[in-house]
Amino acid sequence: MIITIPWLKEHLKTNAKESEIIDQLTNIGLEVEGIKENSGEMGKFKIAKVLKTEKHPNADKLKVCDVTIGGKEILKVVCGAPNAREGLITIYAPPGAVIPKNNFELKVAKIRGVESKGMLCSESELNLSDESDGIIELKNKEREIGKSYFKKNSQKAIDISITPNRADCLGVRGIARDLASAGVGKLIQTKRKKIKTNTKHQIKISITKEKNQGCDTFGSCYIKNITNRESPEWLKEKLIALGLKPISAVVDVTNYVMFDLNRPLHAYDADKINKEIIVRNAKEGELFKALDNKEYKLQKDMCVISDKSRALGLGGIIGGTTTSTELDTKNILLEAAYFNPSSIRKTARVLNINTDAKYRFERGIDPNSIEEGLELAAELIVKICGGEASKIQIIGKKGQKNKIINFQVEKFEKLIGISITANEIDKILSSLGFKCKKSQKVVKVEVPSWRPDISLDEDLIEELIRIKGFDNIKLIEPEKRRSQETLNFKQKLFHLSQRSLASKGYMEIITWSFTNSKIDKQFSKGEKEITIFNPISSDLDVLRRSIFSNLAFYLKKNQDRGYEDLSLFEIGPTFFGKNPGEQQIVVGGLKSGKINRKSWLEKERDVDVFDIKSDAIKTLIELGIEEKNLFVNDNSKHSYHPGRSGSITLKSEKGPHLAYFGEIHPAIVKNLDFKDKNILGFEIFLKNIPEPNKKLRLSKKSFQTSDYQKSERDFAFIIDKIFKIGALEKIIREVDNNIILNVSTFDVYEGENIPKDKKSVAINVTLQASDKTLSEKDLDEISKKIIDTVSLKTGATIRS
Amino acid sequence: MFHQLEGLHIDKGITMGHLKGCLDYFIKEFFEVKNVKMRFRPSHFPFTEPSAEVDIGYKIEKGKIVIGEGDQWLEVLGCGMVHPNVLKNVKIDSKKYQGFAFGIGIDRLAMLKYGINDLRAFFEADYRWLNHFGFDPLDVPTNYRGLSK
Repeated sequence: MIITIPWLKEHLKTNAKESEIIDQLTNIGLEVEGIKENSGEMGKFKIAKVLKTEKHPNADKLKVCDVTIGGKEILKVVCGAPNAREGLITIYAPPGAVIPKNNFELKVAKIRGVESKGMLCSESELNLSDESDGIIELKNKEREIGKSYFKKNSQKAIDISITPNRADCLGVRGIARDLASAGVGKLIQTKRKKIKTNTKHQIKISITKEKNQGCDTFGSCYIKNITNRESPEWLKEKLIALGLKPISAVVDVTNYVMFDLNRPLHAYDADKINKEIIVRNAKEGELFKALDNKEYKLQKDMCVISDKSRALGLGGIIGGTTTSTELDTKNILLEAAYFNPSSIRKTARVLNINTDAKYRFERGIDPNSIEEGLELAAELIVKICGGEASKIQIIGKKGQKNKIINFQVEKFEKLIGISITANEIDKILSSLGFKCKKSQKVVKVEVPSWRPDISLDEDLIEELIRIKGFDNIKLIEPEKRRSQETLNFKQKLFHLSQRSLASKGYMEIITWSFTNSKIDKQFSKGEKEITIFNPISSDLDVLRRSIFSNLAFYLKKNQDRGYEDLSLFEIGPTFFGKNPGEQQIVVGGLKSGKINRKSWLEKERDVDVFDIKSDAIKTLIELGIEEKNLFVNDNSKHSYHPGRSGSITLKSEKGPHLAYFGEIHPAIVKNLDFKDKNILGFEIFLKNIPEPNKKLRLSKKSFQTSDYQKSERDFAFIIDKIFKIGALEKIIREVDNNIILNVSTFDVYEGENIPKDKKSVAINVTLQASDKTLSEKDLDEISKKIIDTVSLKTGATIRS
Repeated sequence: MFHQLEGLHIDKGITMGHLKGCLDYFIKEFFEVKNVKMRFRPSHFPFTEPSAEVDIGYKIEKGKIVIGEGDQWLEVLGCGMVHPNVLKNVKIDSKKYQGFAFGIGIDRLAMLKYGINDLRAFFEADYRWLNHFGFDPLDVPTNYRGLSK
């Protein structure tokens, strides 16, 4: 809602400065969003005439126009508007002018090789309306060519963001009332003289009784013998300051009343109405051509104003072309009606229409403002255009009863924390137009008809504190008492994973849960794609089934910027269905590039599967799982390299699945066209991380240090090539947990002297007893036990 | 994309004073300032009544934003007293219990705290940006180092 101070002062007697008014508006909940200065800048836009148009030599859709702004000079302007034609009077913006829509400063520029001096403007470019299909067409402006379109003394426009509950503040008077209540001046009570009625209402009007009738009251006034004309300066100025385009006195007056009193009106050319007005539901599929020049196909619950033959207007939303008023219109019918907000909302949504009238009706117009609106409009039209007005006729519901709330005074303090007296309640609410009957404990409040948003005690409390001021509420320090832990186990795991990976040099990224189906397909073969019904962009058309989808995209983006050695992770949901709950939280990491790139200290090498495995395992340990409970095997999935990847489960191969790790499958790397093709990743499934039932310190055994000598023995086994070294180490460790402290592999060899399907594995075993130094004999015994166990369980032989 | 943090406190005798106290405490802690200029401005949300938007004072000093003082106002969150119909819908007796609710865009707050001027950068995963604004993984709130470095 835009207002100007002079217009406001027609309703508000005040000496307050502009800045005070602006501050107070925001303080009472009418937030000032911006102040537009319609200063000299706008003076640059001139009324101009197109003398000639030629086709642009290098572009089919462009024209080169000869334009005059009165002087001798003929301006060459390139224009793409379909309606640019010889003789058209329009608005010209010279180089140096700033286009209001995009704040773009015009310069002399070559457009496809032809120099253009400035441009011809559409309504949308000047912020006059959303109309952008062509340039502005001005009528009867021949004499004003060369003059500024916007008057220099245009007023400052204050743009106020009105919350959806405050329908009453979509008119200047409503805003004035609120300001008066907040102590900025006094509301001027306009006493309107009854209009002289010297003609008969000539058109029969009826509202059909049917289900879902969207209109319950229809007021009208017939005015005959008018001379419709251009509006007087005062009226044009007012509308232009609000960003509206003056059209003709009749239309401008209806707009004026809408912005002044928040009372939308519509004017019909009465001579074009076929006999009578019938307010009815549209017929299914009925066609209607609206004033926006679009044809709409109506549905059966939409409210139309019609005559004997066709729909003339879409009630409360937009008028039709068949009965629109023109400058030569002689007799008019003014309409002021009450339309049901939900019916308006539904119709406008289905047809996708937005108008100032619709915006007001869907929020709820004062049903009792019909008479006042018609009187003011008729008075102004007769004053400007002459003619004779009829009596005002209102059919349907009249004089609706106001709501009554019995407000308990103490309720205010109970909710807000500070007290209020019945007197203060009376004062504030009365100034807002409520009628109060007060006693000590209860105030009987009658809600004015323009406040459909007020129905509960809480609504009144909001009005009271809004005017009284939130500043008056005293702070109460929050009491801190913790009866349970702030985070649950899953939340803790989430944050612990973040710290754990960040400490390993990974960077955390946050991406959408949406992803590109082309990338998602790579990582999620065979699972059903979850498409988004109405994606925000075609690149984000599915829900991600793999945490890698977006990680891979951003890894590639960073590679493309020239960064090669990257470690990224994301923790977030992946989806396996479209129903609630069909998702799980996954920790995903991707790594690419080299370690020690161009280092003078150490040899550079590619990041490899052992790096990623180590990151996955260390993270799992930090998340609370003991290393001995991590069962590593090679059952990885299709998105990983078949040989250089693995899977980690809890305790055994059949245990809960904790993670995958490994090289990303070469086919995927190729398909996604990564610059550095060495890409590794892991996925950790947080839902399978067990919650420890004991604190770690409670599950640890007591520890005794041994004072005796430790010994080491090396073994070299010839074993099947496919046998996992991890499994071999485990077998050795389990030979005697009390004596074998550590088992580590220090060499793996395949080739000469070793059978083709075998490998040689060299293992170092650390041995120590707690009660004695192990003798040579003890060591031989345990060595033999190790060799026998290994050969029994794996078929390996000791290498001689 | 942005992230929203929602708060809700329902109990006997919770008033708008508690709401103000809670948010004042939070803003001071979050921005690590001793005092913060705060303005509650009436607004409208369908699930709270009365509703307010909260602005905090700021000024620009040497090209950097200083939170908590100055003549400029910055909208940071929306809040209000929970609408009785909301409580009714979850079968809480609104005659006995009442309380407040608030919603904060955490990305927006982070932008203000760390002087980040483009929301989109949070989700672009640019390694250079991550290196610049990224945290020390051990930078957890502690008694000896405070909320953050």
